Amino acid sequence: MSEVHDQRAALSNKTAELAVAGFTFALGAIVIFDSWRIGARWAADGPQTGYFPFYVGVIICIASLVNFVHALLISKKNGAFVEVGQLKLVLSVLVPSSVYVVLVGFLGIYVPSIIYIAFFMRWLGKYAWWKAAFVSVGTNVFFYCVFEIWFLVPLPKGVVESLLGLD
Amino acid sequence: MDALNSLLDGFAVALSLTNIALMFAGVILGVIIGVLPGLGGANGVAILLPLTFSMAQTPGGQTSAIILLSCIYWGALFGGAITSILFNIPGEPWSVATTFDGYPLAQQGRAGAALTAAFTSSFIGAAVGVIVITFLSPIVAQFALEFGPPEFFSVYLLTFCAFIGMSKQAPFKTLVSMMLGFALAAVGSDTVTGTLRMTFGTATLLTGFDFLVAVIGLFGIGEILLTLEEGLEFRGASAKINLKVVIQTWKELPKYWLTSLRSAAIGCFMGIVPGGATPASFMAYGVARRFSKDGDKFGEGVVEGVVAPETAAHAAGTSALLPMLTLGVPGSPTAAVLLGGLLIWGLEPGPLLFVEQKEFVWGLIASMYLGNIAGLIVVLTCVPLFAAILRIPFSVIAPIIIVICAIGAYTVHNATFDIYMMVVFGVTGYLFKKLDYPLAPLVLAIVLGDRAEASFRQAMLMSQGDMRILFENGLVGSITTLALALLIWPMASTLWSVTKKLAAKDA
Repeated sequence: MSEVHDQRAALSNKTAELAVAGFTFALGAIVIFDSWRIGARWAADGPQTGYFPFYVGVIICIASLVNFVHALLISKKNGAFVEVGQLKLVLSVLVPSSVYVVLVGFLGIYVPSIIYIAFFMRWLGKYAWWKAAFVSVGTNVFFYCVFEIWFLVPLPKGVVESLLGLD
Repeated sequence: MDALNSLLDGFAVALSLTNIALMFAGVILGVIIGVLPGLGGANGVAILLPLTFSMAQTPGGQTSAIILLSCIYWGALFGGAITSILFNIPGEPWSVATTFDGYPLAQQGRAGAALTAAFTSSFIGAAVGVIVITFLSPIVAQFALEFGPPEFFSVYLLTFCAFIGMSKQAPFKTLVSMMLGFALAAVGSDTVTGTLRMTFGTATLLTGFDFLVAVIGLFGIGEILLTLEEGLEFRGASAKINLKVVIQTWKELPKYWLTSLRSAAIGCFMGIVPGGATPASFMAYGVARRFSKDGDKFGEGVVEGVVAPETAAHAAGTSALLPMLTLGVPGSPTAAVLLGGLLIWGLEPGPLLFVEQKEFVWGLIASMYLGNIAGLIVVLTCVPLFAAILRIPFSVIAPIIIVICAIGAYTVHNATFDIYMMVVFGVTGYLFKKLDYPLAPLVLAIVLGDRAEASFRQAMLMSQGDMRILFENGLVGSITTLALALLIWPMASTLWSVTKKLAAKDA
């Protein structure tokens, strides 16, 4: 894989630290906001529903601020968070995986899994079509046997399964 | 010797043919899980948990189910050592320290010796952990029977403060990660009043976030993404273990009895106080290097450098089950997943378990002894087989693992939404791991969030909002004080070093 050697930084460590701290701060703010909405004070019968999460949110925000400032001040760790080559590899798995997951919502688990494994083997592994098809179909037949037949755990199914009469 | 009697009864339960078969099946599955990238103890058990739902409904099935799952955990602990030594890839975070001396040993052609040492030390560490559990847990459970909401809240507080205090990561990152866990746990209907929290009008969020999905995403998908950065190929030393190497290594091992003992003690301590197996293994390695007379040879491939971290990791991994069983407070993510299993099967972990479910508890404890023996036999005889799994190219194994994770996430609640969440948690896990945010507190907070909150609110109701209830008597007061001390110490030291640095800059 030649891309692995592309060692330019796609994102610096500092930027990543700042972004994550900002993100957690935003999450904390959402928690505070919603907890305040449902009541975060002390009622006659004890703490209200939002009391506990409210302070959780406050702590998230404060700690995120500390992390943010820490990342700003400590400029020593200014190395690469992820190199371009690495990022390409990560995305080459993350993007197909996200597409796969969305497909599962529409087509059930089996068909997307077959496509996904075959695609992965063909595209990243450069395997012959028949090998990819064999492994991907074989794996899914195995999963079908283990889950649906052996352990009686139903998995999501879609149009294709109902055409085959498997659901 | 009440404990011994109960233990014998436990052996009677665990020694049935089905249970022994399940032990071997669990250990083999566990080793495979431990060897594969992206699958580890915590998410491996999480994925397989739904398979035990039907098993747990038969009489005595809960014991069989926990035996299966805990043996998967032992197997995963053993499996981590294989990848560390042969491939220099720690299959599990706690086997990172094993790579320091294990991999150099393998490169020198002494892979067999390193593996034998690792497995044997793991076994010894686990054995010490189980002995501690056997004799300590009935006492702790007895003690905890008297606990009320304030005591339980102070124990939770201690757990979480210990995480902040003991973790090697920046305390504020630990804090963020933990509090995010609490926030996620709060989503859905409030356990006390039933009010909806943070659902923002969507129906999918009504049930909240399940920690099993978080575990599968954070540890599974996140780990795969991290592994990918290293490229798509694994290169490893070949493994051969024969009887001669095993016996030779076993002859050498008694020399390191003091290191083993020290590491086991560190491990047990770190396991019970939720520091976890990973810091325990590093700490044991460091301590062994300092006290060994071959200290300066550590890192070049000495057997002692494999013995120390492996003993500690297993002792910690095993004793992490002690607070889980006796108090309902898990000491590690995997213990948390097992705790989740108990809850799903309808068992309430905590002191009452030792009174009401004697057979289950002691069956489990007895199975820990047997499961680790089964584990030792399996790994010593089948290493080449397991190493072969790692030679399956990544482009084949990675998509299969992701599919397994997706199935695992789905089967938790039969919800497709959970599969989407798994990917979100996966990306979070990748980012957090790269930026040194610890993941274990996040998971434990999701598990314990509701119960910590409930005990806090009950305690506050008891005292009408007076925080002094947490210092009301000697017991709860000392736990709370210990918790606060653990919390404040690292914060104070960070602030101290920051101010010192700033002062130095100004000067």
